[in-house]
Amino acid sequence: MTDTTPQMTDTGPMGLRLKSAMPWLCAALLLLILPQIFSANATITLMNQMAITIIFALAYNMLLGQGGMLSFGHAVFMGLGGVFAVHVMSYVEAFGAPLPLPLLPLFGGFAGLLLACVIGSFSTRQAGTVFAMISLGVGELIAACSLIFVTFFGGETGVSADRTYGLPVFGVEFLRQSEVYYLIAAWLLLSVFLMYLYTRTPMGRMANAVRDNPERAEFLGYSARWVRFYSFIFSGFFAGIAGGLFALNYEIMTSESMSLVQSGKILLITFLGGMGYFVGPIIGAIVFTLLTTVLGRYTELSALYVGTVFVLTVMYCPRGLAGLLMMHEPAYRLGKLRRLVAPYLKVLIPVLVATLGCAALFEMLFHVRHAPPGDHEMRLYWVTFDSHSPIAWGIVIGVTLLAIMTTRALIPHIKDAWHDANTIDKGAS
Amino acid sequence: MTHALDISGLKKSYGKAEIIRGVDLHITKGERHAIIGPNGAGKSTLFNLITRRMAPSAGKVHLHGQDLNGLVPCKINRMGLSRSFQISNIFPRMSVFENIRCALLWSMGFRYSFWSLVDRSKPLTEAADAIIEQINLTSRRNIPAGVLSYAEQRALEIGLTIAGGADVVMLDEPTAGMSNTETDYIVELIRKVTVDKTLVMVEHDMGVVFGLADRISVLVYGKIIATGTPEEIRANPTVQEAYLGTAIKAEQ
Ligand SMILES: Nc1ncnc2c1ncn2[C@@H]1O[C@H](COP(=O)(O)OP(=O)(O)O)[C@@H](O)[C@H]1O
Ligand SMILES: [Mg+2]
Repeated sequence: MTDTTPQMTDTGPMGLRLKSAMPWLCAALLLLILPQIFSANATITLMNQMAITIIFALAYNMLLGQGGMLSFGHAVFMGLGGVFAVHVMSYVEAFGAPLPLPLLPLFGGFAGLLLACVIGSFSTRQAGTVFAMISLGVGELIAACSLIFVTFFGGETGVSADRTYGLPVFGVEFLRQSEVYYLIAAWLLLSVFLMYLYTRTPMGRMANAVRDNPERAEFLGYSARWVRFYSFIFSGFFAGIAGGLFALNYEIMTSESMSLVQSGKILLITFLGGMGYFVGPIIGAIVFTLLTTVLGRYTELSALYVGTVFVLTVMYCPRGLAGLLMMHEPAYRLGKLRRLVAPYLKVLIPVLVATLGCAALFEMLFHVRHAPPGDHEMRLYWVTFDSHSPIAWGIVIGVTLLAIMTTRALIPHIKDAWHDANTIDKGAS
Repeated sequence: MTHALDISGLKKSYGKAEIIRGVDLHITKGERHAIIGPNGAGKSTLFNLITRRMAPSAGKVHLHGQDLNGLVPCKINRMGLSRSFQISNIFPRMSVFENIRCALLWSMGFRYSFWSLVDRSKPLTEAADAIIEQINLTSRRNIPAGVLSYAEQRALEIGLTIAGGADVVMLDEPTAGMSNTETDYIVELIRKVTVDKTLVMVEHDMGVVFGLADRISVLVYGKIIATGTPEEIRANPTVQEAYLGTAIKAEQ
C-alpha cells in the first residue's frame, strides 16, 4: 500500500526518461514562475517558509513513513544545522572567507549528519517505543543544552548573522527576498529529487522492508540496525539542509527552533499530508503553512482550528491528505472521476457553511469571554454585530445546525456516487 | 568428507523446560536431509537455534566448518545459509516483486548501496522475475504480498528463501496447508532449486519426505532417535514405535 511509485520497468528507456522527468520539469517551471504571479514580499516569505518546511517534512518522513521510526525530537537536527550555518555565516562576515552563500545549507546538512551519526549510533538499535522514547529524551537534552552552551547556541536570544556579507554570486548579493527565494527553490528541488531517488535505491527499498518486517530482513542478509542507521543519518542530513536554509532566510536561530514544539509540529505536518506517500509530507507542509499563516492573520484561535483539523485527519483519513487523493485513483482509472464532481460540489456548500458556523461559534464565545468589559461589538465575516445578543447566537446556531443536517442528509448520495464511480459499468468493458 | 552443517551437543531450555536435549547432527554437503517428528518435538526450535533466531543454552553449530557462536542472523545468511519459516514471514505491504527483489539485493552485491537505483538494474529485475516465474506467482507480481492466499504466501516464503542462492537451504514445513497439486508443484520446485545445494527440511508429509530426502533424522521430544536413509528409517523398529507407525497410519 505504501509504495505508490509506479513500476517503471516495463516502459522503454526513452519513454521512461521522459515520463519520469515530466513531474520534475513541471515542478521546476512552477517554482520559476511562482514569484512572478505572487510578487508581494509577504507571499514570497510564505513560500520560502513552505519550501523549508517541505524539505524538513520529507526528511522526517524518511524516518516515520519510509523507515517506521517515530521520532519526537527531530527538530534538533534542523536546529543544530541552522545554528551551525549561522556560525559559518558570521565567520564569513568576520574573516571574509571565500564561501558563496548558496553553499551555506551544505554546512547545515553536514552538522545534521554528524549529530545523527552520534545519536543514531545508539538510538537505531531498535525501532518502536524504544526509539521514540530515546528521540524524546535526546530532543529534550539538546534543547536544554541550547540554553546552557550560550556561546554556541546563543541562549534565549539565539544567534544571528548577516547573509549579505558573503561573496556575491554572479553579482547577486541576496539582499532581496526574491533572490533568496530562487536560492531556496533550487535547494528545494535538489533535496526533493535526491530524497526521491533515495527511495529507489537498495537502501531505500530495504528501509521499507525493515519497517515492515525487521526479522525477515535480517534473514535476507541485512542488518536491520544498519539499515535504520543509514535512514537516520540521511534524514539528519536533509533536516540540517532545511536548518541551513532557515538560517539563510531568517538570519537568526533561536533555541525555540529545536524545541519539542517544533518536533511535534513536523510530526503533525507529515501525518496530515500522509506518511505513506512520498508526496504526503509535501502536501502536508503546504497545507499546514497556508492554514497557520492565513488563520493566524484573521483569528487568535488558529491553534484550535489546526488541532481540530489534525484530530479529524487522524480519525477520518488516517492515510492523510495524500491518501484522500489516492483514494480517487480507481475512479480515475475507470475514467469516471467526473461523476464525482457534481455530488462533491453539492455537499461542499453545506460543509463550508457548517465549518464556518462552528468557527463563528468559537469566535463569539472567545469574544464574550475575552473582550474588554462593555465591548460587545464584534466583526466576523464582514458583518458587525453584538456578540452578546441572543438573536446573533440564535441565527448562527440555527444556520450551523441546518448546514450539519443538510450535510448528513447528503451523505447517502455521496456514498452512491462513490460506489457508482468505482464500479465498472456493465456492458461497457 | 566436508560437512555443510555440524551440530554437536545442542541444547535449549526455557526455564526448567528442556526443549532441545542434546542434538548431534552432521549434514553432508549436497545432501537433502529431512527432519521429521511429532508436533512439539522441537523441530522449529532446532531451526531457530541453527540460524541464531535464538541462542542455544549449550552446544555448537558449525557452518562449512565455521563456528556460528555469537553471530547474528544477517551474518549467517551472508555465509550462505538461508531459511524459511513455518509461519509465513514476508513483507505484507510490499508487492510480490518487491519482496523477491529485497531477497536478491544482498546476494547480488548491492549491500548498503545508496548510489544505485534498483529500477535501473536490468539483471536485478530479470532475476526477480525469474524467481517469481519459478514460484508461479507471475500473475500476482504487482499486488501486495499481504493479500495473497495462504498457499501463495507459502510459495512466496520459499521464493524469498531460495532467491539469494544460498548453498544451505533450510525449509520449515514448506508444504504445510497446501493442496495435493500445490504440494507436488512445490516439491518439484524444491528439487529443482536445490540441485548441488544442501537442503534441510522439516516436513510432515511422508510422501514428500521419502520422495525427496537422501537422509532422514527423527526428532522426538528434543532428541534425535535415529538418522539414516529412507529405507533404514522405515525399517527402524524404534522409529516405528515412537513416531512412524502413527504417522504412516495417519497418512492412509
Ligand atoms: N518461547 C517459548 N517458550 C517456552 N516454550 C516454547 C517456546 N517456543 C517453543 N516452546 C515449546 O517448545 C516445544 C517445541 O516447539 P517447536 O519447536 O515449535 O515444535 P515443532 O516445530 O517440532 O512442532 C513445544 O512444546 C513448545 O511449546
Ligand atoms: Mg514447527
